Amino acid sequence: MTSVAESLGKTSVQPGPIARLFDWKPFLIVICLLPAVGLLTVFLTYPLGLGVWLSFTDTKIGRDGFFVGLENFASLARDPIFWLSVFNTIVYTALATVLKFGLGLWLALLLNEYMPFKALIRAIVLVPWIVPTVLSAMAFWWIYDPQFSIISYFFKDVVPIREQNFDFLGEPWPARLSLIAANVWRGIPFVAISLLAGLQTISPSLYEAAMLDGATGWQRFRYVTVPMLMPVLAVVLTFSVIFTFTDFQLVYAITRGGPNNATHLMATLAFQRGIPGGQLGEGAAIAVAMIPFLVAATLISYFGLARRKWQQGESND
Amino acid sequence: MTDAVQQVAAKPARTGVISWHSTPRRVATIYLPLACFVVVLLFPFYWMTITTLKPNHELYNYKDYNPFFVHSPTLVNVKKLLFDTEYPQWLFTTMSIAIAATVLSIFASVLAAYAIQRLRFRGSQWVGLAIYLAYLVPPSILFIPLATMVFKLGLYDSPFALILTYPTFLIPFCTWLLIGYFKSIPYELEECAMIDGATRLQILRKITLPLAVPGLISAGIFAFTLSWNEFIYALAFIQSSEKKTVPVAVLTQLVQGDDYQWGALMAGALFGSIPVALFYSFFVDYYVSSLTGAVKE
Repeated sequence: MTSVAESLGKTSVQPGPIARLFDWKPFLIVICLLPAVGLLTVFLTYPLGLGVWLSFTDTKIGRDGFFVGLENFASLARDPIFWLSVFNTIVYTALATVLKFGLGLWLALLLNEYMPFKALIRAIVLVPWIVPTVLSAMAFWWIYDPQFSIISYFFKDVVPIREQNFDFLGEPWPARLSLIAANVWRGIPFVAISLLAGLQTISPSLYEAAMLDGATGWQRFRYVTVPMLMPVLAVVLTFSVIFTFTDFQLVYAITRGGPNNATHLMATLAFQRGIPGGQLGEGAAIAVAMIPFLVAATLISYFGLARRKWQQGESND
Repeated sequence: MTDAVQQVAAKPARTGVISWHSTPRRVATIYLPLACFVVVLLFPFYWMTITTLKPNHELYNYKDYNPFFVHSPTLVNVKKLLFDTEYPQWLFTTMSIAIAATVLSIFASVLAAYAIQRLRFRGSQWVGLAIYLAYLVPPSILFIPLATMVFKLGLYDSPFALILTYPTFLIPFCTWLLIGYFKSIPYELEECAMIDGATRLQILRKITLPLAVPGLISAGIFAFTLSWNEFIYALAFIQSSEKKTVPVAVLTQLVQGDDYQWGALMAGALFGSIPVALFYSFFVDYYVSSLTGAVKE
């Protein structure tokens, strides 16, 4: 520690008044928190409140709105496209989440094995998550092309089990499933790498103990891996659900809500009505309608987090 | 599923305590599924690359040319992207916005994380929790009110609209990451310095920050990548072509009419991905460890 004392020695002998002010704890706390809290308050908390306010007004682009009460919500409640978007969002989130976690867990378990080039494989697996979503979505758009889809080619000419091209994006259900597939593709790496981190914290001695007690492979998974993985799973699940529920980029890039509004999610519908359509009030109302779902997901995360303390035998700090 | 599970559950096997796994079985239950995962996860990038390199006559003729390979590679599409579009300009814009937003966020996050983790005031956990919750507010519900604010502040179509709004999702993430990192630095070091008469700011500058450099790098690369990939704000707040960021510009400027130039489009997608992929490859260890660290925190 002498080196620290020496390097500090000169300046700390006689601190000036400004230095002393910066050493006064309450002042220092305020100064340190100011940039972060300031930016977040102005550009996050305030817009969140503003968004709720806008949803009760008839604001349009270039014109301040007047308070119209629940009119936006009432007109949305009568709007079949809005309900279709709610339905799509729920189907999209539910299916994509189940697939992402099923496949992601499987991939995590595979990556947890001992193998050569482990670090390299892990690095490669994460690539889909690193690349800008819109750009990989464009690759999917091209893969889903009605005429030149490589998947159609594969199933028509390489493995001849189909006569015709797939019409990926032309019909409602195929289009929804194609979007879900693209979302799952992008989401697997994040889930797998996060769960892998959870798997690596599980002590091998737990498995040894279970084996000595005669547990089968399934029992070891069910009674050792799953409970130990729960805390990480809860956090990753919340993140995944929130960001899948509010997904915008994939749908905007691949279908723009088409065919005939069949694949609109709430976020893309809010964008379409709000920014190109100019109906900021209505767009804000659609965005606000997502909040209850997000709050529910956050509460689940909170209880998931609360569980981790006793499971890992840590103190509450 | 169960097979893979058994493999993992039988982890002690590799330590030589109990071993019953033969090589063929490992191939079937581990290497084969893993190979499928890797192929599926990488195929879109392969497809992007060979589409970029294909000349047009080959691109739309699957009868005479096997579409899985390039028969006569060409750089026409790349040349078109680099010289006939504003791609270099978009790249420069994206880079400057990402760097500015990252620097701003790291500055704010370091101070906030230090205050929350080290200055230890009453309610510091609550501030930490509030910042954590801020990360859960997705841009999709903020962009409409933010758009009205951006109009009112006169920032519409200006890079500052993005530099000031990106920290809303960067600061929570970086602060969270850095709190975890600061926690791992022994507090005794700071106490020693305090006994030697150092002020709090000196401690932060000369002791805590140098020790937290790996954490700062992790937070920096994450913030940079997240800003590079951001889409919805850049789409909503920027209008003129030359000020667009790469992801937005490739989607909106290269798609003209119904006649998609797939070769050029894929070249745009590929060249928008390469910078982040390169950046990622340099810092991959920081990347994986901070991603996993952040989840464990």
